[in-house]
Amino acid sequence: MNADWIEQVRAGNPRAVARAISAIERGGEEARHIIAAIFRFTGRAHIIGVTGAPGTGKSTLVNEIAKQYRRRGQRVGIVAVDPTSPFSGGALLGDRLRMQDLAGDAGVFIRSMATRGSLGGLAAATADAVKVLDAAGFEIVLIETVGAGQNEVDIARNAHTTLVVEAPGMGDDIQAIKAGIMEIADVLIVNKADHEEVGATVAALEMNLNLKPKTENEWRPPVLKTIATTGQGVAEVVEWIGKHRAYLQAHHLIHARERARARAELERIVQHELMARLLRGVNGTKFDALVEQIVARETDVYAAAEQLMG
Amino acid sequence: MAERPIRVLVAKPGLDGHDRGAKVVARALRDAGMEVIYTGIRQTPEMIAEAALQEDVDVVGLSILSGAHRELFPRIVEQLKQRQLDDVVLVCGGIIPDDDIPLIKQMGFAGVFGPGTSTQEIAAFIRDQVAKKRGARAE
Repeated sequence: MNADWIEQVRAGNPRAVARAISAIERGGEEARHIIAAIFRFTGRAHIIGVTGAPGTGKSTLVNEIAKQYRRRGQRVGIVAVDPTSPFSGGALLGDRLRMQDLAGDAGVFIRSMATRGSLGGLAAATADAVKVLDAAGFEIVLIETVGAGQNEVDIARNAHTTLVVEAPGMGDDIQAIKAGIMEIADVLIVNKADHEEVGATVAALEMNLNLKPKTENEWRPPVLKTIATTGQGVAEVVEWIGKHRAYLQAHHLIHARERARARAELERIVQHELMARLLRGVNGTKFDALVEQIVARETDVYAAAEQLMG
Repeated sequence: MAERPIRVLVAKPGLDGHDRGAKVVARALRDAGMEVIYTGIRQTPEMIAEAALQEDVDVVGLSILSGAHRELFPRIVEQLKQRQLDDVVLVCGGIIPDDDIPLIKQMGFAGVFGPGTSTQEIAAFIRDQVAKKRGARAE
């Protein structure tokens, strides 16, 4: 991708943006080149993560949130992640189906992304795809995670504001006090609020929040009710995202989050690179031989790792 | 560099609402190791082309049962061209009379799959077509 293309990405040309994201997904030299070229133009977008269990209405909610920002005149980029099959390597990316309202609006760019083997709720390339959208001038970037269970919390490291979407009737109050996904919410949303059990779900979430020891100046996530299919309650969600952003700015937390994110990203890439370099230096036969020795109980896995790295 | 998985957009242009066939094909292509972007029913030519552009797909697969293909397919081809997506592999399926097949191929469709086509056949055809395009681009 040459300098002209990078210019086109920055100008928000959808073809250039689409191809840059594809290159980033493929990885390697070209991906690095693109990131190097655009990196200094990033850091402007407000990145909003949307996570929650499958079927809670994340995609429909993202559609409605995007519409709200469009009404406010802001350009919106969306990265929607769905899982890759561990068996076939294929994926069915169906999030666009719920985002039809946004079709034909040049101020919106939607990209579906398969996890390609990555765990944690995002694809390995998601963070870099967000950088492309950021550099292309999208002021709001929404990341929709895969349908998350309890432990897919990578989104919190990648977003400024994380929305956790629940639906009524998905579990009792014990679910609400478990560790994991509930802890990463900056805004809690109970979607499908026309369902009769909505009161109990809101109460369980509120109870959980109230049990948390209070520290000074700490952000307390609001619990909001929405009906994403009609758009009801979504304006309030967007208002609260704005409040959260203002809170982050007032307490100089944007930088703290950026720092934590940069650290996590750097660690991940160094780990990946070290592993790749190490494995290039080790011949496959030695690696396989060690695996056999471990299986035969002739050595243990730590001793084998020592041998590889020594 | 590893080959990227083949990306396919599956869409239903026009107004007929029967998407079971499209879903069966989408699922089969997933099982064949492809990344399938499923956009569902009632897609306008503009919506299809815009999605193909943003998703940077290798293939656009259209399912149509209403008989409006003579009307809609040229408009879709036109919209793709406007976005410089000339090298996307176009395939279609559904209810398409045999007499119309030459016309559709002339529009630039590589494959037309009627009822009874096995999904393996469709996957193999797509894989073959994409390999040819990628080979041509690499030269």
